[in-house]
Amino acid sequence: MLNMETVSKTFGIGTINEKLALDTISLSLNEGEFLTIIGGNGAGKSTLLNCISGTCPIDKGRVFLDSEDITYMPEYKRSRKIGRVFQDPLRGTAFDMTIEENLAIAYSKGKKKGLTRGISKTDRKWLREQVALLELGLEDRLKSKVGLLSGGQRQALTLLMATIVKPKLLQLDEHTAALDPAIAKKVLSLTKKIVKEHNISTMMITHNMNVALEYGTRTIMMHEGRIILDIKGEERKKMTVDALIEQFSKRSGTRLSNDRMLLKKN
Amino acid sequence: MFFSTMQGAVELGIIYAIMALGVFISFRTLNMPDLTVDSSFTLGACVSAILTIGGHPYLALIAAFLAGSIAGSITALLTTKLKIQPLLSGILVMLGLYSINLRVMGNRPNINLLNRKTIYSILQGTILEDYKIFILSFILIICVLLILYFFLETKLGFVLRATGDNPDMVKALGTNTDFTVFIGLAISNGLVALAGALIAQEQFFSDISMGVGMVVIGLASVIIGEVIFGTNSLIRRLIAVILGAIVYRIIISFVLELGMPPTDLKLISAIIVMLALSMPVIKNKLSFYRKKRANSKGGKYRC
Repeated sequence: MLNMETVSKTFGIGTINEKLALDTISLSLNEGEFLTIIGGNGAGKSTLLNCISGTCPIDKGRVFLDSEDITYMPEYKRSRKIGRVFQDPLRGTAFDMTIEENLAIAYSKGKKKGLTRGISKTDRKWLREQVALLELGLEDRLKSKVGLLSGGQRQALTLLMATIVKPKLLQLDEHTAALDPAIAKKVLSLTKKIVKEHNISTMMITHNMNVALEYGTRTIMMHEGRIILDIKGEERKKMTVDALIEQFSKRSGTRLSNDRMLLKKN
Repeated sequence: MFFSTMQGAVELGIIYAIMALGVFISFRTLNMPDLTVDSSFTLGACVSAILTIGGHPYLALIAAFLAGSIAGSITALLTTKLKIQPLLSGILVMLGLYSINLRVMGNRPNINLLNRKTIYSILQGTILEDYKIFILSFILIICVLLILYFFLETKLGFVLRATGDNPDMVKALGTNTDFTVFIGLAISNGLVALAGALIAQEQFFSDISMGVGMVVIGLASVIIGEVIFGTNSLIRRLIAVILGAIVYRIIISFVLELGMPPTDLKLISAIIVMLALSMPVIKNKLSFYRKKRANSKGGKYRC
């Protein structure tokens, strides 16, 4: 479904800040697979996602989505096939527009943006039903501005917007990291539900190792722009957080020095 | 005397409201400070003057709108395709248009339209003659308001509005923001040029420097409208811009009545916008000091 062939990306070539973010990465994702991605800061997790979504052009290699070469396709065109939720709840929605207007924009993804009415009556009814599935009570506030919502509500809404037109691929870049634990859990279970219901191929970055193992069907670990661990099936089922940390030290040759990752062990 | 001053102010306000709606689109909807406005206003006036002399006052309005749109789309291309800062793109196009405006007027700095047939001539000799400018401008602004409102409520209008709010989101949802900026600035400057065209016909002349400070006047109208009439819904915001433009004109005519020389007008405009823009900061400061005073008083009693 998704195929990355020897993709490399270096930031700031020729400057003192030169940094190899992706080092000849090859990765393929099957239809309906739910991949969780872990790794320390600067391991290249976000860059990996950005290279697929087109936010950041790659130096070498090829990216295929559904056997279509998207290596040089502009970001907005790829977006018609890829749904994205970012870490920052502010990035996914237009704050000065209402909930239903935001949803309507998401719902018209991939369609022509012509001079037809932004929200038709049938659209409104359908959007309302979809919002009700979030179980946040937002269906009664469709005319409220998104700027009035909490971070968690926004993130749930962004998740709905990213999947309301079924994407070929869903990318979640630490989409619960900025939320408090209770609402983060809620957004995660929503994620699970939506992904499962629509059978969407998903890539999720997380700093929480428990989450990485608990959700999804496959886990990769990244270090210095390379994939150092790739587990699924039985092997993944048996994996514990402690074993994962051990694997990390062994394979990266360094101790897991990232406090943030250690702290999130439990 | 008072009544006729008021009438004049409202009439001018209505025409300038079209320009203010244009500024609203670039500054508020697209969140882009577009300085092209100063020159596209003049461009509209020049095109209008030439065609009015040629005997086509109605065609003049359409041509002016199109000319303004082209000017706006050039600014958009400079910003989106060549990645020149929006502010600088506007300044570059504004500068270039100065020469073009002179060319449009046949290398004259101004054109006189006295005794020419304008769109306002249609009510000449009828009982409505005294109110001809008011009536025609009013009909026009209502049309512009409705068209703009329904446009901003379409699918295209939605993504246009979202572009100013959050361009990342628009791209993530599959729309090219270069395209929305292009459309937005074209419409914005088209409206500005239309206002210029109407002003030229109303005042019977066009002048190479008549657009100077237009962007500030437009912004003043937008802000005055927001402060007085609110920003709740889209239709309310649009009406607020129109009323803001009228209030601005009334303020100006009031200042003139007080004996201020007309040459000081630009200074007044600048000061009004300065005050309006700094209003939130001033409000915050005031409430901060009020709280601070109240709190330190309480502190004394506690000790």
